[in-house]
Amino acid sequence: MISVLNTIRTMTKEELKYSFTQIFPAVTFDESGEFLVAIIPSEELLPVMKELRSKPELYFDYLFCETCIDWKDHLMMVYFLNSKTHNHTLVVKAKITDTLNPQIESVYDIWKTAELNEDEIFDLFGVRFLNHPNLRRLFLEEDWVGFPLRKNYVDEHMIEL
Amino acid sequence: MLLGEEDYITEDGEFVINMGPQHPSTHGVLRLKVWLDGETIKKVEPHLGYIHRSIEKMSESLSYRQYGYLTSRMDYLSAHINNLACALVVEKALQVEVPARAQAIRIIISELTRIGSHLLWFASAGLDLGGVTPFFYAFREREAINSIMDENCGARLTQNFMVPGGIIYDVRPDFQSRVKEVLKQFKDNFHEYNEILTGNVIFQNRLKDVGILTKEDAIAFGCTGPTARASGLNCDIRKMYPYDGYEKLQFDEVISTGCDSWARYEVRMAEMLQSVRIIEQLIDNIPEGDIVAKTKNVIKLPKGEFYQRVETARGELGVYIVSDGGSTPYRCKYRSPNFANLSAIPHIARGYKIGDLIAIMATIDLIIPDIDR
Repeated sequence: MISVLNTIRTMTKEELKYSFTQIFPAVTFDESGEFLVAIIPSEELLPVMKELRSKPELYFDYLFCETCIDWKDHLMMVYFLNSKTHNHTLVVKAKITDTLNPQIESVYDIWKTAELNEDEIFDLFGVRFLNHPNLRRLFLEEDWVGFPLRKNYVDEHMIEL
Repeated sequence: MLLGEEDYITEDGEFVINMGPQHPSTHGVLRLKVWLDGETIKKVEPHLGYIHRSIEKMSESLSYRQYGYLTSRMDYLSAHINNLACALVVEKALQVEVPARAQAIRIIISELTRIGSHLLWFASAGLDLGGVTPFFYAFREREAINSIMDENCGARLTQNFMVPGGIIYDVRPDFQSRVKEVLKQFKDNFHEYNEILTGNVIFQNRLKDVGILTKEDAIAFGCTGPTARASGLNCDIRKMYPYDGYEKLQFDEVISTGCDSWARYEVRMAEMLQSVRIIEQLIDNIPEGDIVAKTKNVIKLPKGEFYQRVETARGELGVYIVSDGGSTPYRCKYRSPNFANLSAIPHIARGYKIGDLIAIMATIDLIIPDIDR
């Protein structure tokens, strides 16, 4: 127990970067913002996330925000991770290059809060989550055409400003 | 039992009924599909979207002065605090220094909002569990707070008072005396709340050991606010990531390790008194000076991503802005506290009776427009 307590400490951005490259060397970092951002390809997401959650010195147990950004030529999944034990924060971005049929592994097995968040992203961005327990349109009707938060979404009732 | 159009019985003999969208205890249009074995809950599935207005999509075509106005329609009981989050994220991106007077007034108004919101929760929780009188007690004080909002912010419910850089108008000259009046009234009457609900054995039995949310589950489901603090989780944004000068104030983060509905009730009751404590430290010390920092007429955020979180009455609200350097957000995401708290309900309601689901809903205190956005 004492040895566990001794290891509880907040990592700096440099230490986080080092630990991340140990898990996945081909990562790109972005340090322009408040948090450290790690960008990885969408195919590698699940094993990396599992490591981030389970490694005792990282222990990211709290997914406080999950969303998606449409950059027109690709979609970017954004995961805001925080460790309640160590109190360090990391943003993981997964790049989805296939915008016509976007899909990515669900992180529901790691963080339960992902279930409804991924439903919402599927509803509004059209990203399919593999191995999601109950993927459904959360807000819109089942037969709604298109995904409203995509930049190429057109609605005949929409007023152009 | 009379079954509705979408209700049916499964092959295993389980009733599938729809609670809502117009059920009185859901406080808005939320539909919970409930699988029941007799009275015992087997499974709950939330169905959302009855008041989805796509606030995130609308924000993409609004300027940084306008987009915050939509957020007072999200969690309408924390309207000020939602606006504050939107103002703070713009201030953070532009590195604007907010005048001390504006900061003090923002905190006082935010904490009044929190008391008002918890009062409405107290009223409706009592109402859901069969007591009508608490509603009138709580609304007596809430009415006084609403009057202050009306006088100073121009609206009783969907206020828009916090703007990037400060506040939109200065408060009226009688603001301090009016707030003190309301606080005195609240403190004098607080013992009545305890007498009518806290000490009521029937009420206690409805809540104790009902809806257990463990600390691990609270983290896994992303629960925040009083809901998570009742499970022993330190998650008060005002303490962890202070904004607007909360770090200078003396107040306690209310934590309980009860994990049940009763603990959630106790945490909210104690939080109201902490809010009073915060206001009392500030109300006689509002600095003189400007109420808003100078910003350009058309605000353009630098290219990049900005995240700001605040503690609303229900938990952690995060505003995530992706800017491409233009005058409108490229992407605007609201991490809503109610959305995360809702996701815990199917898990914690399993195994309890359907009557307990009402108690769980009452103490988790959901605001549906904040979930649907």
